[in-house]
Amino acid sequence: MADAKQPNRPLSPHLTIYRPQMTSISSIFVRITGNALLASTLLLIWWFLAAATSASAFESANYVITSWPGDMVMILSLWALWYHTLGGVRHLIWDTGRGLELVAAERMGWVMIIGSLVLTALTIFCF
Amino acid sequence: MAFLTDRKRANGMGAANTGTAHFRGMTVSSVVLLVLVPVFIFIVGPLIGEDHDTVTTYFSRPFPALVALLTFVVGLVHFKNGVTVLIEDYAQGLARKIWIIVMTAVSYAAIATAIFAIARIAL
Repeated sequence: MADAKQPNRPLSPHLTIYRPQMTSISSIFVRITGNALLASTLLLIWWFLAAATSASAFESANYVITSWPGDMVMILSLWALWYHTLGGVRHLIWDTGRGLELVAAERMGWVMIIGSLVLTALTIFCF
Repeated sequence: MAFLTDRKRANGMGAANTGTAHFRGMTVSSVVLLVLVPVFIFIVGPLIGEDHDTVTTYFSRPFPALVALLTFVVGLVHFKNGVTVLIEDYAQGLARKIWIIVMTAVSYAAIATAIFAIARIAL
């Protein structure tokens, strides 16, 4: 019969004892960027709501979003959006059963990091 | 709890309660966002910092309004499902349930606000 008591196993992942690796770090940053994007999403929705409300309401939203902390949030979010997008593409590739070998997964990690920086720079340069 | 066998504990739970529906939902919304997000960046990006008249005139056109609207709706549904996994990984018991409800409410409130704001500008 199965043991009635639930064994007290340690919880995974053991973040504190793992040496950082390309696969784990590039993956955790997909999670961080994806969830952090809520901040700039809410900021942009506020910007839209202010534009829909009145010229003076838009004035304050525009002031915040174009101030230097606002600029920092938007530029970091732009990078986060590109990084998360490339991370999503890697997941879609993995879902087809391709690119699961360590070398391929690590190479795609580098593509995500360098690609997101290049795309961010290109986007800022275009505007 | 101490009297339950492993079989009884797992019975009726399905695969993490939702089976593959959650995974499939994330996959479908991610492919949709792969199209929407670059268009959204190139539509909304240049408008940030413009004056009130320019912004409202621009988003009263159907294409920019619909792209912005779709990106917020699909993006926030994708966020709701993603943040649920985040909470399931790091919170347990009652805290897990409360956090999932709070973040679901935040996601739907943001969706409603985005629809209201863009519709009001566009119409």
